[in-house]
Amino acid sequence: MSSSRETILQAIRANKPDLLPLPSVYTFESNYPDVLAQYQQTLQMIGGTVEVVPDLARVAERLKEIYPDLTRIAITLPELADLGNADLEVSDPHELEAIELAVIPGRYGVAENGAIWVTEQEMRHRALPFITQHLVLIIRAETIVPNMHEAYRRIQVDETGFGTFIAGPSKTADIEQSLVVGAHGARSLVVFIIA
Amino acid sequence: MSPHTLDHAAASEVFNRDEPRVDWHDETLWWVRQKRDRAAMQLPEWEALREAASQIKHHVLSNLDTLLENFERKAQENGITVHWAANAQEHNEIVWSLLHKKGIDRMIKSKSMLTEECHLNDFLRSKGIEVIDTDLGERIVQLRQEPPSHIVLPAIHLKKSDVGDTFHEHLGTEKGATDPQYLTEAARQHLRETFLTRRAALTGVNFAIAETGGFVVCTNEGNADMGAHLAEIHIASMGFEKIIPRADHLGVFLRLLTRSATGQPVTAYSSHFHRPRPGQEMHIVIVDNGRTTQLGRPDFRNSLKCIRCGACMNTCPVYRRSGGHSYHNAVAGPIGSILAPNLDMRKNADLPFASTLCGSCSNVCPVKIDIHDQLYKWRQVLAQEGYVGGIKKTSLQLASKVLASPTLFKLSFNAARTALRIAPWAANNPLNAWSIHRELPDAPKDSFRQWWEKNRK
Ligand code: SF4
Repeated sequence: MSSSRETILQAIRANKPDLLPLPSVYTFESNYPDVLAQYQQTLQMIGGTVEVVPDLARVAERLKEIYPDLTRIAITLPELADLGNADLEVSDPHELEAIELAVIPGRYGVAENGAIWVTEQEMRHRALPFITQHLVLIIRAETIVPNMHEAYRRIQVDETGFGTFIAGPSKTADIEQSLVVGAHGARSLVVFIIA
Repeated sequence: MSPHTLDHAAASEVFNRDEPRVDWHDETLWWVRQKRDRAAMQLPEWEALREAASQIKHHVLSNLDTLLENFERKAQENGITVHWAANAQEHNEIVWSLLHKKGIDRMIKSKSMLTEECHLNDFLRSKGIEVIDTDLGERIVQLRQEPPSHIVLPAIHLKKSDVGDTFHEHLGTEKGATDPQYLTEAARQHLRETFLTRRAALTGVNFAIAETGGFVVCTNEGNADMGAHLAEIHIASMGFEKIIPRADHLGVFLRLLTRSATGQPVTAYSSHFHRPRPGQEMHIVIVDNGRTTQLGRPDFRNSLKCIRCGACMNTCPVYRRSGGHSYHNAVAGPIGSILAPNLDMRKNADLPFASTLCGSCSNVCPVKIDIHDQLYKWRQVLAQEGYVGGIKKTSLQLASKVLASPTLFKLSFNAARTALRIAPWAANNPLNAWSIHRELPDAPKDSFRQWWEKNRK
């Protein structure tokens, strides 16, 4: 195995072209008159639902209204913890299988594509936002950035072992290009923006 | 993958027998191409982004060894085990030995064109290991025992009735059911069970970051994540050209990738893996499999810039009307036709001819690969190396003679025009392979040259 490493690296050295510089211009600004409005519009376009709320108390009310029938709820936000009832103190992620709703805070929202950056610190379990049937993400309006360049400026990708941009619910168009929401991951995504 | 028996022209002829289906295939892909256009037009900096992506990739190709070594060191520090595979065989054996060591005989996989390239599934099956593909399109073609026909849309050649039949047979859905929502739900249930019971997951790699020793996997379904976060061992397979220097370069590539692929602003999940979760093993297999050879071919090395968005296929008038399977290669379409002869010139000598050289592929390519120029160059290399057969060779030799001589060039056009006017059947007949699917125009009395000479004063 280590011999292949040497063979490959040597072949690369022998075959690569002369060194070319990295471009100096590779980040761009996106100027949206209103990033919050842009975020809302984009998320709706990609199949998510968004609600702007004044505070977490309102989020708690809305959760009860939107999901009156769900029984297995996992919440990783300490302030809303008493609304949850699923045990997250598990060592095997398979035990999260029955979770119907996960409520997780996100770090940044991206106006150009509706994505929200969430790390394993907020998820508690990497599998949680994927294995749950429905997902709620909560961000603060001031964390919405215009585009991905700006998002990467704020993120340190290796700060935790895993982080992901989540943009909308799980979806597929593999059957005759018809868009179907709810492939393997969460069937729905609601984003609460605290503004 | 089914053995390759027909060349591209013959295989397209078979595909073309079902005309309504060809029209439907053509329109479906064109629709995806139009979605790409709309997404691109929403970003005023689109062309500048392409240029930046192209330049970053040029730097990568010129600095691959250092970037890979940095990546390896950082990844190891992060607790990821790094393996190197010189070819497909070695890649497959590494994957197998990892499974074997843990006594695992069932694995799930999320879409990875590299494992298609390496024929990993067949290899593992021969070792008694079951592999289930989890991307819905991949699962559909896997159940049908077909290879994917498109790198982003693996089942794009199938109608919902085909999927309905397949699922009825394998997953027990109702006979005749064609509702995509219903069929997707059936696949969700079936695959969820699979996710929950497999101890090993393999994913591809969209981008590997030299600076931080981590990698990014993009999916819409969340299948890579469902697999990786539940399994006790995660193996990621990457062609070495997937490396990028720094994390902030991801801004460029993630903005381009999905807009080019499907017209979405970004995939539903863009997951950044840097360390295994506690108790988990994480492995990366860095694969060459002919890539260093391509790197050493100055005319073709730019094909290694490819980020596998599929835009060149969606726009290609030949791909849209011949179907992905006619390319008998893991990667179909224009870029596949450049990559394939690098792996095996004899077997893939037909593919660089499966193009009109219209240039549409190069125009949409987010990393600015000179795709149609490379196809044209391959034709010349293949002819020189003696891989171009029969009729094509004679006509090319004739053409080069005629093109080299202004007199012959003039005469040949006059002769052709006269022939078309006097005896159009000579051109429009089944013995002329070129005219089978083409109507030749009525020939004008004068050539452009004659018209020009008469009228220029
Ligand atoms: S060659 Fe360009 S357009 Fe084609 S798949 Fe690769 S990146 Fe996309």
